[in-house]
Amino acid sequence: MSGNQMVMFEEEQQQIQAACELLQRASNALAVLVIDKNGQEIVRSGQTEHLDITSLSSLFAGNVAATGGIAKLLAEKEFSGQFHEGEKTSVHISLVAQRAILVVLFDQRSSLGLVRLRVRKAAEALTVVFETLVRKMNSGGKSQVFGEITDDDIDNLFND
Amino acid sequence: MSFINYSSREINCKIVYYGPGLCGKTTNLQYIYNKTNPEAKGKMISLATETERTLFFDFLPLSLGEIRGFKTRFHLYTVPGQVFYDASRKLILKGVDGVVFCADSQVERIEANIESLDNLRTNLADQGYNLDKIAYVVQYNKRDLPNVSPLPELKKLLNPTNVPEYEAVATTGIGVFDTLKAVAKLVLTELKRGG
Ligand SMILES: Nc1nc2c(ncn2[C@@H]2O[C@H](COP(=O)(O)OP(=O)(O)OP(=O)(O)O)[C@@H](O)[C@H]2O)c(=O)[nH]1
Ligand SMILES: [Mg+2]
Repeated sequence: MSGNQMVMFEEEQQQIQAACELLQRASNALAVLVIDKNGQEIVRSGQTEHLDITSLSSLFAGNVAATGGIAKLLAEKEFSGQFHEGEKTSVHISLVAQRAILVVLFDQRSSLGLVRLRVRKAAEALTVVFETLVRKMNSGGKSQVFGEITDDDIDNLFND
Repeated sequence: MSFINYSSREINCKIVYYGPGLCGKTTNLQYIYNKTNPEAKGKMISLATETERTLFFDFLPLSLGEIRGFKTRFHLYTVPGQVFYDASRKLILKGVDGVVFCADSQVERIEANIESLDNLRTNLADQGYNLDKIAYVVQYNKRDLPNVSPLPELKKLLNPTNVPEYEAVATTGIGVFDTLKAVAKLVLTELKRGG
């Protein structure tokens, strides 16, 4: 089970948040999201109040999983990014450090070229953060909560 | 793959409902959705065909409450049960923390159940999981129908390792929450043990 867990710490969370805010400003985007490959939100920045982030996260993850499955069947390593063009909002999706999904939502105030350029920069920064995170996870800094949880805690969650 | 966020103090886990076509996986999620308070659930998303068969997955996010100051969230997914959607089933299993095998109790679905259970074992193994090691429960659904197999027979064929098992009627909700609670509890217990 152990190698099969994603952990996020305060420090890396803040670094990812900062990288997303930078990307969002530099690319003039509406919003930027970072989602774990399994569909859980990591950070959001920009105009996100009106967005259903939980639903979007699971669908982006499904989309990336399906695209990855297609790449495999076509003997491609992976497709480096995806772009969906809408009438008002467009979406750029890419994979970072093999484990996180970087989503940029933008409109006519930005352009695909600009977004691609800025995403490349942000991806480099994010890759460093995720690599640190993986190192931290592997060096065992993760059992803090679970060591303390008792069977009663778990039972209590279901007694209502 | 559970996701523990120390920054937002959240524990996120993924549970997958597996089983043959039309066994009632989507119906389980619909019942849970309908009976859960608005503040504890997100939108239910169903990627389905025009005839309401699951095409890629159903998704339902649930919050179960807090443990030691950590919000526990469960993401429930169903797979498409129809045999030819196997590539999609494999994708949905990625990062799974707990599995519910939903069996169709009708006599004529015995083979479909066995085939689906074999398929589950194989697809889990492809992702590096072992069905005998992960949080796993069995549900015998459609117990309201007249032509169901007797329980001991289903047990022998579908639950030889004797994991927690529940009889259910997903349309009216019998056994639905018992099944969910059992698997959620196993997931957390497993996290505590292995995390
Ligand atoms: N009588 C009875 N019908 C049920 C029960 N559970 C589900 N059904 C019915 O069985 C049919 C199929 O249910 P679904 O939940 O869509 O099945 P599924 O497992 O999601 O099927 P796929 O998406 O094709 O994999 C529906 O018409 C349900 O109303 C049950 O416990 N009893
Ligand atoms: Mg379904």
